[in-house]
Amino acid sequence: MPATKTAYAPPAWLQALPFAGVFALFFVVPLLFVVMVSFWDYNDYSIIPSFTTRSYVETFEGCYDRLPELCTILKTYLSTVKFCLIVWAITLVIGFTIAYFLAFHVQSVTMQMTLALICTIPFWTSNVIRMISWVPLLGRNGLVNSALINVGLINQPIEWLLFSQFSVVLAFVHLFTFFMVIPIFNSMARIDKRLLEAAYDAGASGWQTLWNVVIPLAKPGIVIGSIFVVTIVMGDFITVGVMGGQQIASAGKIIETRLNALQFPPAAANAVILLAITLLIITALNRFVDIRKEL
Amino acid sequence: MGKATKDTKGVSRRTLLKGAGAAAGVAAGSGAITGFPAVWSQEPKVLRYLGTAVNQADDITKKVKADTGITIEYISATTDDVTKRVITQPNSFDVLDTEYFSLKKLVPSGNILGMDARKIKEFDNITPVFTKGQLPNGKVIGDQGTAPKKVMFVEGANSTKFASSVTQWVTLIPTVYNADTLGIRPDLIKRPIESWKELLNPEFKGKASILNIPSIGIMDAAMVVEAAGLYKYPDKGNMTRAEIDLTMKVMTEAKKSGQFRAFWKDFNESVNLMASGETVIQSMWSPAVTAVRTKGIDCTFQPLKEGYRSWASGFCLSKSVTGRKAELAYEFVNWFLSGWAGAYLNRQGYYSAVLSTAKANMEPYEWAYWMEGKAAEKDIKGPDGSLLEKAGSSRDGGSYDDRMGNVACWNAVMDENDYMVRKWNEFIAA
Repeated sequence: MPATKTAYAPPAWLQALPFAGVFALFFVVPLLFVVMVSFWDYNDYSIIPSFTTRSYVETFEGCYDRLPELCTILKTYLSTVKFCLIVWAITLVIGFTIAYFLAFHVQSVTMQMTLALICTIPFWTSNVIRMISWVPLLGRNGLVNSALINVGLINQPIEWLLFSQFSVVLAFVHLFTFFMVIPIFNSMARIDKRLLEAAYDAGASGWQTLWNVVIPLAKPGIVIGSIFVVTIVMGDFITVGVMGGQQIASAGKIIETRLNALQFPPAAANAVILLAITLLIITALNRFVDIRKEL
Repeated sequence: MGKATKDTKGVSRRTLLKGAGAAAGVAAGSGAITGFPAVWSQEPKVLRYLGTAVNQADDITKKVKADTGITIEYISATTDDVTKRVITQPNSFDVLDTEYFSLKKLVPSGNILGMDARKIKEFDNITPVFTKGQLPNGKVIGDQGTAPKKVMFVEGANSTKFASSVTQWVTLIPTVYNADTLGIRPDLIKRPIESWKELLNPEFKGKASILNIPSIGIMDAAMVVEAAGLYKYPDKGNMTRAEIDLTMKVMTEAKKSGQFRAFWKDFNESVNLMASGETVIQSMWSPAVTAVRTKGIDCTFQPLKEGYRSWASGFCLSKSVTGRKAELAYEFVNWFLSGWAGAYLNRQGYYSAVLSTAKANMEPYEWAYWMEGKAAEKDIKGPDGSLLEKAGSSRDGGSYDDRMGNVACWNAVMDENDYMVRKWNEFIAA
């Protein structure tokens, strides 16, 4: 891009200042407080501003001396990361397919926009309502089970449809596929159609075009969508709670339980750990694609 | 005032004094300064009331307003959030509606003002369940856990330590309490249930539930452990680390073998689990059982031979309540104990703290049904006029004396609360 000289432009850092200020005030400062509090001591009803690593030590309690059995925190993160991977894979495949359909099969822009907007309709109601609406469907005496019994496919209701890992993944996919569709669609919409024609003319098969042209060019969208899905699933405790029948551990749930017991320092310590692990995953994703370059 | 000072060249000492006087007047009007009764009378009578939704009802605010002129502003929160708010924002409310077990956190924090028992008209008529741990007929009831008598009194208005005997200073004036047990679906279980140990009976595998509120869930688990003859606790509501480990081990084994369908955290979740048939036996609250029944589904609040786990709530004052606000607060508490509200709560299946005034506000047949365990002479209606029970039926668990007389323990905060919460997280992750 050729730089054009203008008469006067304020320095770039000045333009960035308002946002930097907001960022510092509402993100950096609270975060520093969280880190600080995580090193404080506490009792039943107050936090005591004296340095201690108690919250971290107790969080990782039993991680070493109980080996090979996993400690609470490792079990929790293992379960959370597992959900992350499953949900990420499913939403990616579904999201990519929908975006591909929207970008390359729907010809008119109006139609594309209309269909993309239709995807948002479920978001007009609250998260929790969309989750709870699964309960009468999947329950022991729910619609799915009664239908299967009436058809004669099963004699006993299927128990694992609800309050199970299955229902948690189902709800996550239902709730978050949209966060994959839009960024990927956005990336794909910018792909020059002539590239596809060129690939076709050069004799590439459909799969070759997809693998060598579409996917590399849609990478930024894929990574942004992945970041959305990964960060939400890592921090979620409501979906896991409602759909898992409160029986499945999640990092967010540990924080909530601690907060409810007025134990702020261990809650803060767990928040710091969650943040660190999420950052690790995001960094790994960034290794895969340099988003700044691609954008 | 900015304009006035501009007009007079420079600010004279006189205008400054005037301004200060006006500011003082405003402060007095807001109740910040005491000693100006003439200003008070023009102020609206408003109390900010922080609590869970249990005691909060439109009917009550309307009746308070009509009887005393006091406007109640409800601030609703969950039990946990109420406690959090008292600790972190003690000036954001006047009257606090909370449970006795929370006091073990609230009183040491210094955010609660002791109430003067001499200003509570009905104080001497409050049921001895609270003051002495016994029924009006003298029967001593279980005091394991945070029994009200252990945390009811402090040494002085601003004391942060509980008094070991009866004093003039009360932490919490009781309003409502109940004895909790298991709810069951008799239509799906089809046999009598008599003991807490049935909660972990493999017969109900995948159909049982408890609360995911650690401090209460572990008490229910302890009732099961005792009922199964595995261990006898010196105090279920104040376990040692070894006892917590034992209790959680029993729970974890049950969880791993798929005993629980789900855990519940709020009233509606418990109603839905039971009404949809996902669970057939679970910890439950009395009004939740009623809610299942009003859907036309058979549900019993099952009396069990080991007794009940009890809870009690009432009113505390914020430490910021002084002067006129304090007078209003006492007026409100006195109104609450004077009978109308007590009768209202009794008709919901709870118990009121002052029995005599509630009785005076109920029909004899209502009192006989709710409190004496007798078969209903007429149809029993809820406070909103809806039909609760047909004539001829009688209350689960019988009379007040039968139910409150069989209390085995009270909701509690343990000394080892921190350890218990860690173990609970481990249990959920298992």
